[in-house]
Amino acid sequence: MTPAAFRTPEIGEDTPELRARLHAIWATEPGWKGWFTTVDHKEIGIRYIITAFVLLALGGIEALVIRLQLAGPDLNLLTPEQYNEFFSTHGMTMIFLYASPVLSGFSNYLWPLLLGSRDMAFPRLNAFSYWVYLAAALFLYAGFLTGNGANDGWFNYVPYAERQYNPGLNQDFYALGMVLLGISTTVGAANFIVTAFKMRAPGMSINRMPILIWGTLTASVANLVVVPAVSLAFFLLWLDRQFGTSFFQTSGGGQPLLWQHLFWIFGHPWVYAIVLPAMGMASDGLPVFCRRPLVGYSLVALSTVATMILGFGVWVHHMFATGLPGLSLSFFSGASIVITVPSAVAIFAWLATIWTGRPVMTTAFLFFASMILLFVIGGVSGFMTASVPVDWQLTDTYFVVAHLHYVLVGINVFPVVGATYFWFPKMFGRMMDERLGRWNFWTMFLGFNLGFLPMHLTGLFGMPRRVWTYPAGMGWSTLNMITTIGSFVFAIGVLLFFVNVARSLRSGAKAPADPWGGPTLEWAVPSPPAPYNFTVIPTIASRHPLWEEALDESRGRSSIARGMMLDHGKETVTTTPLDAEPDRIVEMPEDSWAPFLLAAALGVLFFALLLKAWAAIALGALLVLAALVMWLWPQRRLLEREPAHG
Amino acid sequence: MAELVLARPGKLPVGPVGRHGVGQWGVGALIASEAALFAYLLFSYYYTGASALPGWLLEPTPKMWPALPNTLLLLASSVVAWLGEKGVERGNRAQALVGLLSAFAMGAVFAGVQVYEWAEKPYRIGTSSYASLYFATTGFHMAHVVAGLIILAMLALWVALDFFSPRRRIVVSAGVLYWHFVDAVWLFVFATYYLTPYLGFAR
Amino acid sequence: MSGLPLGYLTSSGERAGAIVPLTWFVLAVSVAVCVVIGGLLGLGVWRTRRHGPRVEPRAVAVERGGHGLGWIRWGLIASALPLLVTLVWTMAALGRVVGPPRRPALVLDVTPRQWWWEVRYNGDEPDGTFLTANELHIPTGRRVLVRLHGADVIHSFWVPQLSGKTDAIPGQTNLTWMQADAPGRYRGQCAEFCGLEHAKMAFEVVADMPAAFERWRRAQLQTAPPPATAAAQRGQQYFQYRCALCHAVRGTDASSFYGPDLTHLMSRRLIAAGMLPNTRGSLAGWVQSPQAAKPGALMPDQKLTGQQLNDVLAYLETLQ
Repeated sequence: MTPAAFRTPEIGEDTPELRARLHAIWATEPGWKGWFTTVDHKEIGIRYIITAFVLLALGGIEALVIRLQLAGPDLNLLTPEQYNEFFSTHGMTMIFLYASPVLSGFSNYLWPLLLGSRDMAFPRLNAFSYWVYLAAALFLYAGFLTGNGANDGWFNYVPYAERQYNPGLNQDFYALGMVLLGISTTVGAANFIVTAFKMRAPGMSINRMPILIWGTLTASVANLVVVPAVSLAFFLLWLDRQFGTSFFQTSGGGQPLLWQHLFWIFGHPWVYAIVLPAMGMASDGLPVFCRRPLVGYSLVALSTVATMILGFGVWVHHMFATGLPGLSLSFFSGASIVITVPSAVAIFAWLATIWTGRPVMTTAFLFFASMILLFVIGGVSGFMTASVPVDWQLTDTYFVVAHLHYVLVGINVFPVVGATYFWFPKMFGRMMDERLGRWNFWTMFLGFNLGFLPMHLTGLFGMPRRVWTYPAGMGWSTLNMITTIGSFVFAIGVLLFFVNVARSLRSGAKAPADPWGGPTLEWAVPSPPAPYNFTVIPTIASRHPLWEEALDESRGRSSIARGMMLDHGKETVTTTPLDAEPDRIVEMPEDSWAPFLLAAALGVLFFALLLKAWAAIALGALLVLAALVMWLWPQRRLLEREPAHG
Repeated sequence: MAELVLARPGKLPVGPVGRHGVGQWGVGALIASEAALFAYLLFSYYYTGASALPGWLLEPTPKMWPALPNTLLLLASSVVAWLGEKGVERGNRAQALVGLLSAFAMGAVFAGVQVYEWAEKPYRIGTSSYASLYFATTGFHMAHVVAGLIILAMLALWVALDFFSPRRRIVVSAGVLYWHFVDAVWLFVFATYYLTPYLGFAR
Repeated sequence: MSGLPLGYLTSSGERAGAIVPLTWFVLAVSVAVCVVIGGLLGLGVWRTRRHGPRVEPRAVAVERGGHGLGWIRWGLIASALPLLVTLVWTMAALGRVVGPPRRPALVLDVTPRQWWWEVRYNGDEPDGTFLTANELHIPTGRRVLVRLHGADVIHSFWVPQLSGKTDAIPGQTNLTWMQADAPGRYRGQCAEFCGLEHAKMAFEVVADMPAAFERWRRAQLQTAPPPATAAAQRGQQYFQYRCALCHAVRGTDASSFYGPDLTHLMSRRLIAAGMLPNTRGSLAGWVQSPQAAKPGALMPDQKLTGQQLNDVLAYLETLQ
């Protein structure tokens, strides 16, 4: 039956009968077929998180091997080649295969629930972005596990990355793998942007969105326009290596610094993209445990955007020692000092929320709260490097390694673990163990600080980065030993986290819909949620729908048990970008093979490119084309076409 | 006294109508990302050229033939594609098919002329950084032209299969918008490689 | 701080010295901020105890809470002050340290290569130019301009006690400068990842009183004397046959530049780019098997017989 062109959506109540009908429409088929074809954002989100945690563990093992090699002077556990592959793969894994995907996973899972929607804007694109991420991770690790891993650091400077100095497949694996991964990041970013602007529940105006939405949205806008820079850089590197071009080779008039500019134009916004969503999770989680709304919501939202905008204008601070003119150095130094201001807004907002609220200690609270201190330590070491003349001593020493670990572990790993404790009950219907959680927290916190706080001194005492060993008598030996011990304690803490997750999945206490007494919409649906999320589309009257009675800030009350039913098929409603007024009923796609097949086709194509097997490249390209046509073929059910008429 | 806020919209459109729908936003995001890609390609040209030694410009006075008429042909193809889209909008399948297929033909000629131009160059992609940048940038553009041609062909096929109506045609709008993007980007590429040398860049 | 050869919290020269107070300032500000925020955080978290042990969040009522915006306002104001001071001080310090000296007392051309440092001293006299490696001598109290050239990959020239880092990038010449207040040996290190043995690419800057520096320079200008003993002569023959493929010794036919110039090898305190002492034992080990000390070094293992090694060492020891 052809759906009518216009419809007034029926309003109804959340009833068991409606739930059953919606369940039949939205549920993924069980079994293998469902597993490969699902477009359910919750399923995809959990896959992203699990895959990212596996890569976190791998990256962590790489780190422990590095720390063993550096535990004392002049050790020989690893050869220089092996060491270079270990530290490069560790960086690549953590920054590209863990830090961003884990946040994509949480955002994917949470966004429709937080926004009062039934799914993301583009469910098939969502599935595709996961499959390509998995393909890229497998591609990159195929390199590492065959002794062809990245070996020039995660930022891969030329000319060392050129074929002349790096003849093996290492660089080709890294370059092509990163281009493949960039596809995942880009389509994921597009999905988040459109979802944020079009898929919010009626009444959720832009200043009523949870801060996680602001964080991921900002990161996505940035990623959309800067990922092409790094993809291009890696592609041009591949051309230099395989086709004798001269983008970066001086022999042909190329510029080694072009690589650094392209990389860091991407790289600096990227480091904000891997922390702003995590900061958003803390901004949404911490207030729940302080039993009050976040202090300064508008300032926090605006400072998120301001930090990212300024973040586009500081990339040269990674290049202070490259011989740039003084004027350029001054500008970027000034901008890098100024960017401290918007990034500090969140710190004060969180402290204020704790102090003016009534904080209750839980494991999640500890992770979110400790993040404040780790963020500040990482932030001030960054502030120190913003001053050019000081940076000329600090750069490329272990001081920067300390800095980057404090910001990445402090503003990504710790809030992610906190977010897991916070939202695990919603995802799996079970609570995580609080007692084990305390052990988990203290081991991670003490281990991390034991490992990385002394590292600031190691850097101030001149130990350079990326050294496979170091001589005795430099003042570094004891500090390195302490760092190694701390790293192992930290690793045990992370292990405890995984143990807690595994045990709680099997035997955690049953979780109700709202275990914490939270304010936002995800706590209004069962734990775990139904495939369709909301039985009726909620209407939103404030930032804290579930706290409206308690806060009594205005007369309006959000309507959650009564709203548009949208049960004529697999459908939901889209709303206007700023004020969130309903503007269209949209039909959502069914589970589909196309995302998986397209990702698999891309995998074939990229392996073929790696091996320069021309027949396979042609085959891969044809498979990609076929999968795209299959995906984009206009579907009647999605109202992309109408039955033939006269 | 608390008041329940409940959205009770009137008649809402169901699915994409005309040009409008969620898909339009998606294509817009794709175009933004691809535009950024070309911005970085052109940045690479300007950065390399600005730091280059004299003689870097392998073509200090680029020839306007056949590039300039080829550019105009591509621009015209956008107009023709737009006419084709208008045909779908009005339910006029003949106009739609003529428009889309003519745009395809013009785009194919553009691509052919470009390939001819490449073959006629006295340098190859590995000759120097200028050559590498020229072929990479026009090559990336060519890849987008090929993608656009496939899209135009698919659109023509689907119009022939009578898939679209004045109401349900967002697929056509998305595809034609992509073609416009391909043409707009070419203007920047053309200006950079063919016009800025005359303005003194990297001479 | 002699126990910290690559430390830079103290300095021994004007250029590094201009940065030390600023470094201490930003370090002090940073520590202070961490202590203050840590204290506020600790106290804030400690307040959770007032609920009693094991309280459920759900059991604590939600409240609108007092005005917290003051925290943000005062926090930002308090942050702005040290930021502003840092900004101004940074620009001032940058102005003092950036520009290459207009009339340097000495100009050196340093070309780092995987994984050693080629240093060229220029002179006005026709034969006033000479190459050396891994050990730079400079006169005290004078500004020395260093021109950095990139030959293979990016390296970075860094002598923490005297100056911050400057990269050596192929395709361009970067300028840096340094000045030492007092005589002494100052350790340097490559500070940009450059491949397998980036870790073992150090060097020394030796600051001599001006008179001593001049004596050193004139000694370096001398060509190598012909070897006197039979063993040294045999060694030289072997050297010409083998080592001269990469190494130069001025005054002989050996003039290749792939490896360090060895004309005055024995005048250097360290070998293998600052990694081994220049003693007979170390030198023997290095010549015979560089791969043992620096796996991946571009100098292959020599696999000499005992006799050959003896002869070569005898010859090398004449290169004072």
